[in-house]
Amino acid sequence: MDTTVTTGADEPVWGGGNRPLNASYGKLMMWFFIVSDALTFSGFLAAYGFSRFKFIETWPIADEVFTHVPFFHGNFPMYYVAFMTFVLIMSSVTMVLAVDAGHRMMKNKVIIYMFLTIIGGAIFVGSQAWEWATFIRGDYGAVETKGGRILQFVNAETGERAAIADFAATIPGERTQHESAKGLWFADESSLPTFTVNEVAEGLRANPNILIRTEQITAEGEKTLLSRPETLDRIKDAKYVVEGANLVRNEYGSRLFADFFFFITGFHGFHVFSGVVINIIIFFNVILGTYERRGHYEMVEKVGLYWHFVDLVWVFVFTFFYLV
Amino acid sequence: MAHEHKLEIFRGLVKFRSNTSKIWGVLVFLSIVTAIEVALGITKPAILTANSFLGMKLLNWIFIILTLVKAYYIAWDFMHLRDEKSTLQRAVVWTPIFLVAYLIFILLFEADYIYTVFRDGFVKWDF
Repeated sequence: MDTTVTTGADEPVWGGGNRPLNASYGKLMMWFFIVSDALTFSGFLAAYGFSRFKFIETWPIADEVFTHVPFFHGNFPMYYVAFMTFVLIMSSVTMVLAVDAGHRMMKNKVIIYMFLTIIGGAIFVGSQAWEWATFIRGDYGAVETKGGRILQFVNAETGERAAIADFAATIPGERTQHESAKGLWFADESSLPTFTVNEVAEGLRANPNILIRTEQITAEGEKTLLSRPETLDRIKDAKYVVEGANLVRNEYGSRLFADFFFFITGFHGFHVFSGVVINIIIFFNVILGTYERRGHYEMVEKVGLYWHFVDLVWVFVFTFFYLV
Repeated sequence: MAHEHKLEIFRGLVKFRSNTSKIWGVLVFLSIVTAIEVALGITKPAILTANSFLGMKLLNWIFIILTLVKAYYIAWDFMHLRDEKSTLQRAVVWTPIFLVAYLIFILLFEADYIYTVFRDGFVKWDF
């Protein structure tokens, strides 16, 4: 029975040094940390689930938000995230291989595998930065109503999303960004959208083939498309032009969607970043022969645990943010 | 330090020669699972989105189950929980599972209640 936690009679029970779980102090503490960190991430993801269930009929559809791949134009839902997932799993594999080489005291192999792990982590963090930049920049633009609902635009002929830049009218106007240096010294505002609400509304009226798409999800799991008369009626509620995403509003739909995206993927990206830093430290320790002199490579095993945990969390983030 | 590794996965169905080949085997398995997930996510077969079980689409159930499968193999083979004492395995696995299941149960029920308030209550939010 390896379940039973007993120490042999010849071992000191209270004097320390016995290992009922057959794991060293450091490894056990890493497991403690991982369990508590897993609970933190679970809290975030459960909060995401809470907000999503609360707005279950209006939540953005991830397939329509994350459609970009670097260096390619077009609509590629999820391919890039799948690539990121694969990179992270791959770097997890090189990490296990480093741990395995460490068990067999093969210093050079540990160095190579640690190096590959660091590269994988760096690629992942870079991809995430790119993903953030794309998300923040946005692509089609939308308008927000007085009630805070997002209205997107669709080309009725092609059925594709229409960018506001494609149909908005140009109305000469005087409105410029208010800077504290030019007006009230205690007040300023963030940069203005490229178009005003009036320009979008005018463009919409002038283009008979542009329709509004609301946040409401139909029974078929798609966003509701308004008819032309409904569209003309609905545009009257428009209050802001939204381009891209920030913590206050985003063109993809529910405000909470962008908030959770930034918070959860940001927190995970921060874990990956710290994992890369810790890996680099251990990498140099391996090169310097610290663990060779110590006689074992358990440190590699401990950072390995952390690194796999980061991968494990991503598996869940991937599912709940991009798939479900 | 424990150097011996348990080399069989899928309850002994597949047994690897060495720890290294087991790692590659698990990678292949995880990649296949991810590929299935992405393929389902892109195609969204109508039969899986039209039917639901316990208020959730079958497709989403499949995603969640496949995720848990992946999590199991990452924890068991990459974090080598398979080689640890079962006391450690249970302490690590059941503590979060119990707490997270509780949290999810409470939050999702509450969220669903708020959703019905927004839908049926006299709250105007779509204007």
